[in-house]
Amino acid sequence: MSDGALSQTLNAYADRFASGQRSRARPLSAHLKALEAESLHIMREVAAGFANPVMLYSIGKDSAVMLHLALKAFWPSRPPFPFLHIDTTWKFREMIAYRDTLAAALGLTLYTHTNPDGLARGINPIDSGSSLHTQVMKTEALRQALNQHGFDAAFGGARRDEEKSRAKERIFSFRDANHGWDPRGQRPELWNLYNTRIRKGESIRVFPLSNWTELDIWQYILEEDIPIVPLYFAAERPVVRRDGTLIMVDDDRLPMQPGETPDPLMVRFRTLGCYPLTGAIESRAATVEDIVMEMLTARTSERSGRLIDHDEAGSMEKKKREGYF
Amino acid sequence: MSGADRSALIDRLSRSGSKGVLRFITCGSVDDGKSTLIGRLLYDSKLLFEDQLGTLERDSKKHGTTGGDIDFALLLDGLEAEREQGITIDVAYRFFATEKRKFVVADTPGHEQYTRNMATGASTADAAIILVDARKGVLTQTRRHTYIAHMMGIRHIVLAVNKMDLVEFDRARFEEIHGAYRQAVASLPFETITPIPMSARFGDNVTARSERMDWYSGPALLEFLEDLEAGSGLGDQPFRFPVQWVNRPNQNFRGFSGTVASGRISQGEAVIIAQSGAAAQVARIVTADGDLETAAAGEAVTLVLDREVDVARGDMIVPAAARPDVSDQFAAEILWMNEAELLSGRSYLLKAGTATVPATITTIKHGIDVNTFEKEPAKSVALNGIAQCNVSTAYPIPFDPYEDNRATGAFILIDRFSNQTVGAGMIRHGLRRADNIHAQAMDITKAERARMKGQKPAIIWFTGLSGAGKSTIANIVEKRLSAAGHHTYSLDGDNVRHGLNKDLGFTDADRVENIRRIGEVGRLFVDAGLIVTCSFISPFRSERQMVRELVGADEFIEVFVDAPIEVCIARDPKGLYRKAQEGKIKNFTGFDSPYEAPESPEIHLHTADLSPEDAAERVIAMLRDMGRLS
Repeated sequence: MSDGALSQTLNAYADRFASGQRSRARPLSAHLKALEAESLHIMREVAAGFANPVMLYSIGKDSAVMLHLALKAFWPSRPPFPFLHIDTTWKFREMIAYRDTLAAALGLTLYTHTNPDGLARGINPIDSGSSLHTQVMKTEALRQALNQHGFDAAFGGARRDEEKSRAKERIFSFRDANHGWDPRGQRPELWNLYNTRIRKGESIRVFPLSNWTELDIWQYILEEDIPIVPLYFAAERPVVRRDGTLIMVDDDRLPMQPGETPDPLMVRFRTLGCYPLTGAIESRAATVEDIVMEMLTARTSERSGRLIDHDEAGSMEKKKREGYF
Repeated sequence: MSGADRSALIDRLSRSGSKGVLRFITCGSVDDGKSTLIGRLLYDSKLLFEDQLGTLERDSKKHGTTGGDIDFALLLDGLEAEREQGITIDVAYRFFATEKRKFVVADTPGHEQYTRNMATGASTADAAIILVDARKGVLTQTRRHTYIAHMMGIRHIVLAVNKMDLVEFDRARFEEIHGAYRQAVASLPFETITPIPMSARFGDNVTARSERMDWYSGPALLEFLEDLEAGSGLGDQPFRFPVQWVNRPNQNFRGFSGTVASGRISQGEAVIIAQSGAAAQVARIVTADGDLETAAAGEAVTLVLDREVDVARGDMIVPAAARPDVSDQFAAEILWMNEAELLSGRSYLLKAGTATVPATITTIKHGIDVNTFEKEPAKSVALNGIAQCNVSTAYPIPFDPYEDNRATGAFILIDRFSNQTVGAGMIRHGLRRADNIHAQAMDITKAERARMKGQKPAIIWFTGLSGAGKSTIANIVEKRLSAAGHHTYSLDGDNVRHGLNKDLGFTDADRVENIRRIGEVGRLFVDAGLIVTCSFISPFRSERQMVRELVGADEFIEVFVDAPIEVCIARDPKGLYRKAQEGKIKNFTGFDSPYEAPESPEIHLHTADLSPEDAAERVIAMLRDMGRLS
């Protein structure tokens, strides 16, 4: 998509919330309406219960849905909190372009943070390995940003259907002063009565999409017509095949192995992250409708394209204990 | 893709959501095959992806208990500790869908020490599947699980008689268990109880009817769940709208955002604010997708009223003709969820709907044995215990009985210091007592009484271990204040226990009540215009905080009389430490009962290297600085 077309799409999206006069071809499907209402309730509890909340914004489809819900939850007010993107400097270029264009169109307060120590140490996903890169440039960077701004609540777009340890996490998930998660000591969470009480220095991670599935997310994007990063749609992109994973060569920082050359291939991404760590899938799905059709017949789960989850068994739980989202 | 395709696709996607989402809970111990059952449901409804199956096969070889076969339990036990120990310790939520319906399963642990986790899963469930091992029949835990399901408001029970393969699919055995179960739970009113014989491991009667049990003519489990009409009933209840957030983007718009808890509301309808009784009409029902004519239970909207009414978070908008109870006294069933036991008299935070208020349990009427459903006497409630209690809140809140309305009859209790969620409550009914006790307004006020005495009243609260020097310092403070012409009174631990509190012992519950009474007496003396010195070990932060809140913000001066325990033992002015060491006294603070030091006392006295006279002078200097002695 050209810069002009992207900007036009995102400005049109922003206009919807400016006027509030939206005409829908058909009402939202019943179960999505229920999920949406639950998410709105969660967001309003946070706005009312915390002094300084922030919404983590990772540019992907789940963040797009979460942002969309935030725009609805407080309408006609604007979301009463800023947004934060943890930038590892290795995101796809199209992600950054989309992020900046969208923030400008909606007039969002968007903070971006990169771990300066990690940058100085030259941590990167290629030489440092995915595990160290994630630890330093994502987990530590997030802690730095949260501390620096003194945020007492942070929204994340994680869903319980993504991974086993996520299935047991609360919607309001308590973090100690070091941002650690204690899976054995979680606060009981009954009905929709969320406990927002914390002491100074402690914080809560809030997951308003906890009860959504991947298919719900896509169906909602389809029915609500939410713009997403074009990388989700199939296009011819330069890729190399490594250990069975298709890696897109997004810039010249990815060293080519002997005899390796990027080949153009029709691919798309099911999740977005740091480009050297994100596997593409071969696909011809060029619209949200195509993607949903493809999903209905898919036989692998979405996180399988993420290299960081395979590092070791129980790896997500370990990362989460240390403060990863 | 054309527009028609898009529409057809949405139709196809929404078909399984049109019957609504069914939320159910599975109850049983790990041996009953609970995780296996859920794994089987996911597997047979083709919701496992290839990579997840691959992981499962790898894990089954490493941790599995099924001799190399796929161990479905591993799919669900997400936390590492659980996989290693082969137990399910926390609630896990799973999602699956069939052509007909979407499902959310709360998979919860079955052991008694995890009752709170089961209650958590049950709080949002429409139905419960109670698993029974066909070889073992109805056990104590079966009764416990059923009671919790009932208590949390679940109306539909599936009795899943599992492992039928191990009893040769014997019909008589199944009927025997069904009969025993009906009898065991006869006192609990459920809308439906549906028994299904099955073998989760082999899939019999899970997603499809089993050929191996042709004598059974009922539905397979999944068929039953697909067709179950399990509405929450909230749509038929009166309109309730707890205000979450006041929406005020500019001077021209003032709306109240929230989720309709029950019933429905239309534009133009008359409403009142439950707490204040202020009346208004609903002018608009605003959403980002445009205004609505009507909003129903579960919808998140923003209401605009036709006139200026004082409304804040915690208020409830209701119809004038069908108001909820508004009271500061009610009876409730409370499930305790914390290691530190529930103490009557202690102040907790109570969150109901969007209102959060300080609350105390005034009476524990009786405990409930979840295994026998019998009442049992109780003075306190331990982790996973359940009790009928009377609750008193700092100011009135609106509510309905939980039985009628799960959305407005539930509350949680939060510890004021650890901030842990420590209790879950289901309101049974309001207590009318509150209506008949009204504060009598007196003509002579506290301020006038204080002015006559030329001082500002205060409670000087000395806390610390026995032998730290509380009474000694308080005595000097009082002597010097009296000598300067001030009006004082002294409350001291031992003296009070000879009279007012002679019925109390030294358990945690009695210590809380001890301090509550002293706090109330101290407040009366402050009202009389006196400067009151109080010398009490008062080991718990919660109770000191409670007393602090009884009087004005600058009327409570907490003095931490701090001496190391070794110093106190060496002093031992009353010989109490010696007796404690000899085992003649139980529950002695600092010895076998905890002391929670103040976090930010107004005065911190280290008496190991400070004379009582100097310590007293610091207290008096502080009073002078605060302008209490003018």
